[in-house]
Amino acid sequence: MIKKTKTAATKKTTKKSRPDDIIVKVCMGTGGMAAGGREVLDAFINKFAEKGLTGTVEKRCSANKVGCRGFCAKDVLVDVIIDGKSTTYQFVKPDMVEKIIDEHITGGAPVAGLLVGPEYKNFHSKQKKVLLANCGNIDPEDVDAYLATGGYKAAEKVISGMVPDEVIKEIKNSGLRGRGGAGFATGLKWELCRRSSGEKKYLICNADEGDPGAFMDRAIIEGDPHSVIEGMIIGAYAIGSTEGYVYIRAEYPLAVERLRLAIKQARERGYLGKDIMGHGHDFDIFVRLGAGAFVCGEETALIASLEDQIGEPRPKPPFPVNKGLWGMPTNINNVETWATVPRIINNGAKWFASIGTEKSKGTKIFSLVGKINNTGLVEVPMGMPLREIIYDIGGGIPKNKKYKAVQTGGPSGGCIDFDHIDVPVDYENLTAMGSIMGSGGMVVMDEDTCMVDIAKFFVSFCMDESCGQCTPCREGTKEMVRLLEDITHGRGTDEHIALLQELCLVIKEASLCGLGKTAPNPVLSTLKYFRNEYDAHIHDKKCPAGVCKTLICFSIDRSKCTGCTSCARNCPQMAITGEKKGPHMIDQEKCIRCGICFDACKFGAITRE
Amino acid sequence: MDTKKINGILENYPDIKGNLISVLHEIQSLYNYLPEEALRYLSRKTRVPLTRLYSIATFYHFFSLTPKGRHQVHVCLGTACHVKGSQRVLDEVERRLCVKEGETTDDMRYTVDAVRCVGACSLAPVMVVDKDTHSNVTSKKAMDILKKYD
Repeated sequence: MIKKTKTAATKKTTKKSRPDDIIVKVCMGTGGMAAGGREVLDAFINKFAEKGLTGTVEKRCSANKVGCRGFCAKDVLVDVIIDGKSTTYQFVKPDMVEKIIDEHITGGAPVAGLLVGPEYKNFHSKQKKVLLANCGNIDPEDVDAYLATGGYKAAEKVISGMVPDEVIKEIKNSGLRGRGGAGFATGLKWELCRRSSGEKKYLICNADEGDPGAFMDRAIIEGDPHSVIEGMIIGAYAIGSTEGYVYIRAEYPLAVERLRLAIKQARERGYLGKDIMGHGHDFDIFVRLGAGAFVCGEETALIASLEDQIGEPRPKPPFPVNKGLWGMPTNINNVETWATVPRIINNGAKWFASIGTEKSKGTKIFSLVGKINNTGLVEVPMGMPLREIIYDIGGGIPKNKKYKAVQTGGPSGGCIDFDHIDVPVDYENLTAMGSIMGSGGMVVMDEDTCMVDIAKFFVSFCMDESCGQCTPCREGTKEMVRLLEDITHGRGTDEHIALLQELCLVIKEASLCGLGKTAPNPVLSTLKYFRNEYDAHIHDKKCPAGVCKTLICFSIDRSKCTGCTSCARNCPQMAITGEKKGPHMIDQEKCIRCGICFDACKFGAITRE
Repeated sequence: MDTKKINGILENYPDIKGNLISVLHEIQSLYNYLPEEALRYLSRKTRVPLTRLYSIATFYHFFSLTPKGRHQVHVCLGTACHVKGSQRVLDEVERRLCVKEGETTDDMRYTVDAVRCVGACSLAPVMVVDKDTHSNVTSKKAMDILKKYD
């Protein structure tokens, strides 16, 4: 039965790639959709029908704003492929569709003014796409599209020709480490779970991607959901599990929809369910939605949530591999890790181990966001220096501003300053710099970002998300926020710093789970690299970046003000007065320092200090 | 409260074990929030203590015990949005609608919430209204967007 479907799939692909076919791929990820991807797709379908053209209008992989090859900032991106030659358009709107069809598809000449620029090429040329290879290229809602790229071959190879120990050995040899944060060796975890005894074993895919600034897991599920399923099938066979769960954030509706569809398709084709692929092994996957609790990304809290409990972490040991879901041995890996597994089986452990550094193998996806020109998801070999990621791929900082820091690892991570920009990025180096790999979020900050404010932001995040079970985390984060509030409001003293440092140590040592243990990291790393900013807030009562409201003051430079009235019209407090074409003034009593005038002025006449 | 609808939901889950949160998700999408009566009924039907349902409903941010407005406004305060000024967007929305985050306007038109990252970081700052993701939102643009939702 499998054979049959596979032949059908191959046939379909051959037809698709026939050289005289015209293929239009419209980005339909969350980014593409936000920019109007659906309308653009509809416009192509309608115009093709109207003009009687034969073309395949297919949904482009929706690896969301970035999985669509990275540039959601340039969405809607559209690929026009004629005779195998691909041309990419940016910022496509429905009303441009007719022009593209007339001039390019029927006329043969690409519409010069609408094409992507050189930065699009630079963004992609330094990347090494293994996990994101399918994202943006195949239709994620079509199982045949996945099969045509060699999908489910790894699962078949494993189930039909390898014994479980061989599979585990292969994963171990590859050097794969968990992509969810801590970087535990995946093969070893599998082995521990296999050796552990229990009448049933569970697999869990952690898709509760809560780190703000990271969205690679969503991109993979939205763009290539079958690769995750295939990874889990291989894991289930190796570990001896018959039941798997994907715990996914409810905030990701598109990913949930595509994942459910993919599981349904996999069941229909016999890759999931009873006697999968005819080799006598049962395995099925079920989707469970999270409900907006960050702490549920922690494995024991996630298990509690799957058991209908509130998401309170449990002490370890016992580890989930021994006593997990419903007390049974449970193997948890995150989305990116599961999606890596089929690639290792297909290409071999040697191939995977040849990429990366000594202790960190393979490629890693980073989400490059914040104050950077080319925002998006980038996949690079482990060990690439930050400078290359930020300047060569990311295109540097917008508006020629100065790089200040990059924050990695989400709320548990730390900030890395300019002096460390040439350090190769891998698990060990990031830890040595006081940060962590985390799930791979990289938020770039420029001179306009206040590091004390950022530290406060992360600690408030942890305070809000603390489950409240253990005192150091619940009360400690609250106290840290209070101290940081004082500093950002100009009430700080040197004693505040001393207290902060002491608190950090206590919280780190005494908290129950990873959330509390790492909550002080942003404070420690900013204190280490950006102490001068804390001092400016405390001693000079100034916020050098102009962020902390109490410490800043907006005023108008009379020599630069043209009297365009833009600031006065936008001021919500009516605090700005002045005659048209004459210099304006801000009434400091009325000003609430919202900064709207600063953004509204086109002449740089508003100063902030 | 329509017990038939809740029974209908429960029919899809013959075994409540491991499915409680999914059931609560479905009830919330039915009413936009979790009405007390519905929770009491669910407790009777499933024999799960009401205190347990209450603890789940209050622990997870996604669930609400009070009615929500016709439109759900989520201003993202994730890191990428934060460094690009999303706090100012939230401040302006709160000021103009006369509500604080988590509250609903008196006319039940909007419920405003701050959320921590919707995973649309390359579009930052982001505001999600119902199911629409709006990108590169400024404090000025936010109100123009909201006006479109009646």
